[in-house]
Amino acid sequence: MVTLEHYLVLSALLFALGIAGVMLRRNLIVILMSLELMMNAVNLSFVAFSRYLGSIEGQIFVLFVMVVAAAEVAVGLAIAVAVFKQRGTININDISLLKW
Amino acid sequence: MIELVWLIPIFPFIGFLINGLFGRRFSEKTIGWIGAGSVGASFVVAVSIFFEILKLAPGNRSVEKIVYSWIWSGDLNVPIGFLVDPLSLIMIMVVSGVGCIIHVYSIGYMHGELGFRRYFSYLNLFVFNMLILVSANNFLLMFVGWEGVGLCSYLLIGYYYEKKSASDAGKKAFIVNRIGDFGFLLGMFLIFTIFGTFNFTDVFGAAPEKLTQGGAIVTLITILLFVGATGKSAQIPLYTWLPDAMEGPTPVSALIHAATMVTAGVYMVSRCSVLFAMAPVSLTVVAIIGGATALFAATIGMTQFDIKRVLAYSTISQLGYMFMACGVGAFASGIFHLMTHAFFKALLFMAAGSVMHAMSGELDMRKMGNLRKKLPYTHLTYLFGTLAIAGIFPFAGFFSKDEILFYSFEKHIAFWILGAVAAVMTSFYMFRSVFMTFYGKSRVEKDVAHHLHESPPMMTVPLMVLAFLSLVGGLVGIPMLEGGHVFADFVGPVFAPAKAIIDHGVHHEGHHNVTAEIILMAVSLGIAIFGLLVARFMYITSPETPGRIVQRFSGLHKLVYNKYWIDELYDFLFVNSIVEFSKLIWKKFDEAVIDGAVNGVAAVVRAFGSVLRLLQTGLVKDYALSILVGAIVVIGYLLLR
Repeated sequence: MVTLEHYLVLSALLFALGIAGVMLRRNLIVILMSLELMMNAVNLSFVAFSRYLGSIEGQIFVLFVMVVAAAEVAVGLAIAVAVFKQRGTININDISLLKW
Repeated sequence: MIELVWLIPIFPFIGFLINGLFGRRFSEKTIGWIGAGSVGASFVVAVSIFFEILKLAPGNRSVEKIVYSWIWSGDLNVPIGFLVDPLSLIMIMVVSGVGCIIHVYSIGYMHGELGFRRYFSYLNLFVFNMLILVSANNFLLMFVGWEGVGLCSYLLIGYYYEKKSASDAGKKAFIVNRIGDFGFLLGMFLIFTIFGTFNFTDVFGAAPEKLTQGGAIVTLITILLFVGATGKSAQIPLYTWLPDAMEGPTPVSALIHAATMVTAGVYMVSRCSVLFAMAPVSLTVVAIIGGATALFAATIGMTQFDIKRVLAYSTISQLGYMFMACGVGAFASGIFHLMTHAFFKALLFMAAGSVMHAMSGELDMRKMGNLRKKLPYTHLTYLFGTLAIAGIFPFAGFFSKDEILFYSFEKHIAFWILGAVAAVMTSFYMFRSVFMTFYGKSRVEKDVAHHLHESPPMMTVPLMVLAFLSLVGGLVGIPMLEGGHVFADFVGPVFAPAKAIIDHGVHHEGHHNVTAEIILMAVSLGIAIFGLLVARFMYITSPETPGRIVQRFSGLHKLVYNKYWIDELYDFLFVNSIVEFSKLIWKKFDEAVIDGAVNGVAAVVRAFGSVLRLLQTGLVKDYALSILVGAIVVIGYLLLR
């Protein structure tokens, strides 16, 4: 029997993986993918709660999140392309001009 | 027509607006005629009002016309209103009439100057303010004009602002006038606290009830007002700006610093004749200051070589005469002299301007001489002005000056002596300037001499008009003939209340001592001719005499020639001490305290910033980490709470 806890644990694991990816990786595209992973972890918990509570709202919300995520990826990738064109790298440790 | 009195100041103001705002593309001719025409229009209106008021009975010749309620706040109700009475009408006609003539002259004189449009705009603005000053029906509106003419005087003295001496002279005139204006303001405030109104008729009407005859308050008010007058009319101790004001263009000296603005103080004192009559102490002060200034300025005038400075000191001296007349209670004579002086002094200045025009800007009389052949019209008109100011019968100055001397004699013989000695000097220095400029041997420098020329008709015709006025202007005041003194009969009613207070029970029974008057007239005529002869002896017959006299009395001459070092004394006493004090405040307070506080705040903020900015690494991961830590802290707090 797959209970709510299973879903939530999976969601938490995925989220943690996403955080680790964002924190540890240096490639901008990988970071974007990790962000996507975190978002999907959240989506998973939304759907799980929706099913558990018998309410449709969580699922509607997931649709919204997916739309936003698509937009965010589009913008993020465009930035990545632009940065690469400008500086020849997408290593975020090399992209640190905005500081004192 | 009296209803239209507001038109009088409006015309020059319109001229100012047209020339000032839209004159950029106009030709010199257009600008000049707009300027002269607008003042001429005022003069026409003034004259038609004058004829209308002549039809009224002498007692009813004071008409007030309120145009607009300007300030209305609580007890303070100040309208923009005009007072038309014989006194203000005479002032309006002198200002607009002489002003118009000087405008026309300026068209010729200023021909080809760079700031032609600026000049005419300022000149029109000046006439506007001057007309407001003399036609206002309350102190506050008068003060508006009073300050306005001061501003225009400043602007026009500094007309050649590229010249340091000119811009300095402008500032000096403005600042010295401010000192006087301060006194005027205080006097006005005092009047308001006591009477609760600024309106002339109300104040003078209520004065006998609200103030005690010879009381401290009325004395204080009048002294404060007189301080204002000493500033504007260049009397001791605030006269030092007027000689420097000669840096302006010559027609400006003629209009502002001889004929009109400087007489504003005399007008104001005469306007307040009731208040002054109630304060005998102030009257005495006015008479003494006036007499002393007349004498003092005349002594300086005798030693100067700059033709315009001679005229400037002469103006100060003549203004002293007018104040002396007011001080001895002969307000009408003061105004009479004001009018004739406007004619002949404007004439003298403009003739001097014509000489300057011919001499390529030379002002030093030592470099002139024998100009009468080359400048026949200028010579003749200058001579007319000189005869008038020296008081030679039958020129205008003879009647007005003689009248002042007569009333001073009646008051106290000391005033008469002051005036008579000043009159000898006046006659002497004026004829000295005539002889040095137009007679004797030519001392003109070669490169100037070959293009000596008479001025164009645009300049000589105004001179002739004024010369004519200087000749006949005094005839309205023939003293001895019964009813011959048209002028005194006309303005008399304005000063009747003051006269009643001064006479105060002491009935003179109208004993007009004709014999005494004739003797005094003969004496003053003799005085004038004596001055003429001395000047003739010293500068024509034996030109080496002045040098010898200077050598004999070298110390005295040096003192007088350097104007008693009054300017240097003022610089030392007031100017430098204020400058030094300002420097002290600048260094010690402004730079140390104010700047210190401002810079200190900036330094503290900068110090914090220099520490905090280390958090901005520019690395995205650091920011992400801080978000994460923050989220964990918030969630942890919510969970563990």
